Amino acid sequence: MTGGNVVVIGAGVTGLSTAWWLARSGVSVTVLDKGVVGWEASSRNGGGASHYHSPLFAEEQRLWPLMDDLLGYPTEYRRGRVIAAMTEKQLVHYHYMAAMFTELGYATDHIDARQAVELAPLLSDENLGGIQLHFGGHANPQRTVQAYAWALQDLGGRIMQNTPALRLVAAGGQVTGVETARGVIGCDAVVVAAGPQTGALLAGIGIDLPLAAARAEMIITEPAPLMPVGGVDGNGLYGRQTLRGNLAYGGGPHEWLDTGPGSPPRPTSPLARNLARRVAELLPKAAKLRVIRSWAGVVENTPDGRPVLDRVHGNVTIGVMSGVGFGLSPASGHAIRDLVIDGQCSFAEIGKLRLDRFAGLAPDWREQRGWQTGTAA
Amino acid sequence: MTVRDPFALDGKLPSPEARFETVIVGAGPAGIAAAITAARDGKSVLLIDENPVAPDLMRTDVPLFYGMRMTGAVETPDRMIETLLNSTPALETALDLGVEVLLGTSAWGLYAPQPGLATLPEPMLGLADATRSWLIGFDQLVVAAGARDFVVSFDGWEQPGVMGALALDMLLCRYAAFAGQRIVILGSGDLALRTALTALAHGIAVAALVEVRGTAQGDAALRARLAAAGVPVLTNHVILRAEGGANGVERVIIGAETGEITIDCDTVCLAISAIPAIELLAAAGARLEINAARGGHVPILGANGTTSLANVSAFGDCAGVEDADALAYRAAWVAAIGRSCAASTNICQCEAVSRADLLGIQPPRTLGERSPAIACRSLETLLHDGPPDQDQVKRLTRAGMGLCQGRRCRDQVSLLLGAAAGLPPEAAPFTGYRAPVRPIPLAILADWNEAPGMQDGWDVWFGVPAQWTPYRDIDTPREAMHIAILSGGGHI
Repeated sequence: MTGGNVVVIGAGVTGLSTAWWLARSGVSVTVLDKGVVGWEASSRNGGGASHYHSPLFAEEQRLWPLMDDLLGYPTEYRRGRVIAAMTEKQLVHYHYMAAMFTELGYATDHIDARQAVELAPLLSDENLGGIQLHFGGHANPQRTVQAYAWALQDLGGRIMQNTPALRLVAAGGQVTGVETARGVIGCDAVVVAAGPQTGALLAGIGIDLPLAAARAEMIITEPAPLMPVGGVDGNGLYGRQTLRGNLAYGGGPHEWLDTGPGSPPRPTSPLARNLARRVAELLPKAAKLRVIRSWAGVVENTPDGRPVLDRVHGNVTIGVMSGVGFGLSPASGHAIRDLVIDGQCSFAEIGKLRLDRFAGLAPDWREQRGWQTGTAA
Repeated sequence: MTVRDPFALDGKLPSPEARFETVIVGAGPAGIAAAITAARDGKSVLLIDENPVAPDLMRTDVPLFYGMRMTGAVETPDRMIETLLNSTPALETALDLGVEVLLGTSAWGLYAPQPGLATLPEPMLGLADATRSWLIGFDQLVVAAGARDFVVSFDGWEQPGVMGALALDMLLCRYAAFAGQRIVILGSGDLALRTALTALAHGIAVAALVEVRGTAQGDAALRARLAAAGVPVLTNHVILRAEGGANGVERVIIGAETGEITIDCDTVCLAISAIPAIELLAAAGARLEINAARGGHVPILGANGTTSLANVSAFGDCAGVEDADALAYRAAWVAAIGRSCAASTNICQCEAVSRADLLGIQPPRTLGERSPAIACRSLETLLHDGPPDQDQVKRLTRAGMGLCQGRRCRDQVSLLLGAAAGLPPEAAPFTGYRAPVRPIPLAILADWNEAPGMQDGWDVWFGVPAQWTPYRDIDTPREAMHIAILSGGGHI
């Protein structure tokens, strides 16, 4: 369908990467967003890029080191990761992961406490050792989202900010356009990559995509001297040291939400104190560093925590990543581009990410998992 | 039976460690008056104030723009508390009425029931002192957090001796710890005039007031008192640069169409405007408005100072400073300095972002050589996408992202972005605040006494172990093994 018009709903990292890949193939693309680019979870995450489990991961690994040049804008990508244990249970856990990584062909070493501190000098001398990943890595989500957006514009793609998609317009078994407050934008194909809002849009054309949204929180410190490895996890935390030196860490309990149209509320909670504690335990040489912000992002989750990448209803392609979207974005955009243009992914088998796996799902699946809206009790 | 997600926040956030019927943030005139009223009504009252501020925080210009012009007296907190009590006699009255007073204690976070925060057990205020942080509950919270300094950047503004009028007033009147002797004041409105008179009363020489507009501003009676003291107001002048040595400012060079003037001084005091200190309320989700008559962004208030947050009210300068001209006056200063100061002047001191890089939407130079593509990007190109968004610009340039939490640059950045988009000052963009609204060390912010539920119900992500099954093992016998081992808590 090269030469057609595609509307991408959602200027998050998945939608923008998709649009950029489509534009690289000569497709005329328009991206719609209810706000500004990357305003939701795409820019409110830990910036991790180490998601070994995904069928997209090999392609992601190939692409990340090339992204600054391909996009023309900086992403602050850095390769590698250290995961350090503070308890025996954590160490067993991390060693299991290392075995899994190695079996998948991703180089991973066991490291002792001293080696861990050499790689990440802010780590506790009391750490029990852990693992070093010679793959994966991290990037700056905020800068990366804008890089996709600008690279897309450089290829002639159009981004319409502050233009929520209100409804998919269907005719003759196909989607023919997307209704917005500025009128219906006609298209030959549509990609719905609207995070938590994706379900409601698809429901309008009779497609049932089970999603539940939840809020996750992070804290940020003032800068510390740069460590040799900036991607340092452990002690129940994910996070990174930014290239500026700030420590940005998240993890811990989430709050399930009911999201309607528009921007979801994303307050932070006193959980910042529990995050601060775990960062101070993991990186005690940073314990005097001052926390200068906290923030939250609202993340969509499928029942099994896996993405839905699928073309349905003829010309509707779904791109939801179930809370693991940022790191995989170079490859998810490629895969969704392939689904839109060719009907199948060119670089990986992704059949297990199809929507029809949820065909028999009970209507009360959220209740069965206890994923109902939060309460204080 | 109801199934519960063991890794959800429900039931995990702690209750406050103490509760008061009335809690008041800020022991300025408004806060003390509220405390005395509540105590006379028979309420249990807690009054907290962040002064004396820890010296390391003062050195980062939080919460006021101290400009490193404090004496060594601030290094001795116990003596500072004594000084503060002596300089605030009304506190004595509050104490006599049974008000519990905590000095050197900051309010870094207000957590109020709101959409998306149903897991909060009750409204709580996060407090911290030099040794720990904790949460307290309240029936009524009165925020009387005062105001903060409006700052503009000019060549030489990053050196010791460039400071704000509210910081100067604090150091002179409450801390008795101002290290300067001869000051030049920027601005000639009421704030500047009062600052000059206060300085003179404390034996500080005031060399001049500098005014970008064509006429002296402010109250005529105050102006007359200043004129009687022989202090000139130099109208149609703007600061060009501050020069100095190892101890900071030694002179300022101010300019007009008629030429440059050099004035010897050890301190440049920015007395252009005061900004309502709305951080705590804004971060808690209180509804705000831009109100030109009340000094910019302020909480939307109902009767008796009530905010949009239940049982939270705002009094004093944080509810608005009465200065109908404030927005236009700030904009006049930003514009005048923009015309006279080099584009290479840093606007954001924490992150070393120059005005050129801000308006060019350029990434930090520490990221290395700028690509040809990014060199072509600018605020002008960004504005094709929509109205200016200060948070977006912050993320891209880092202006306002530093340790001072944007206190020194956010107001100027907002006006610059607005002006570039052709917007009047009252429509300039606004960037929000996030807790902690004071920088708090990790080890102090940490909850070292968390309940077992927080520990047991902690997962690094959403507690969905199937998420991490390697793709090829999905729907194979190996999947159950992965899920069994990767469940519960530790996964990256």
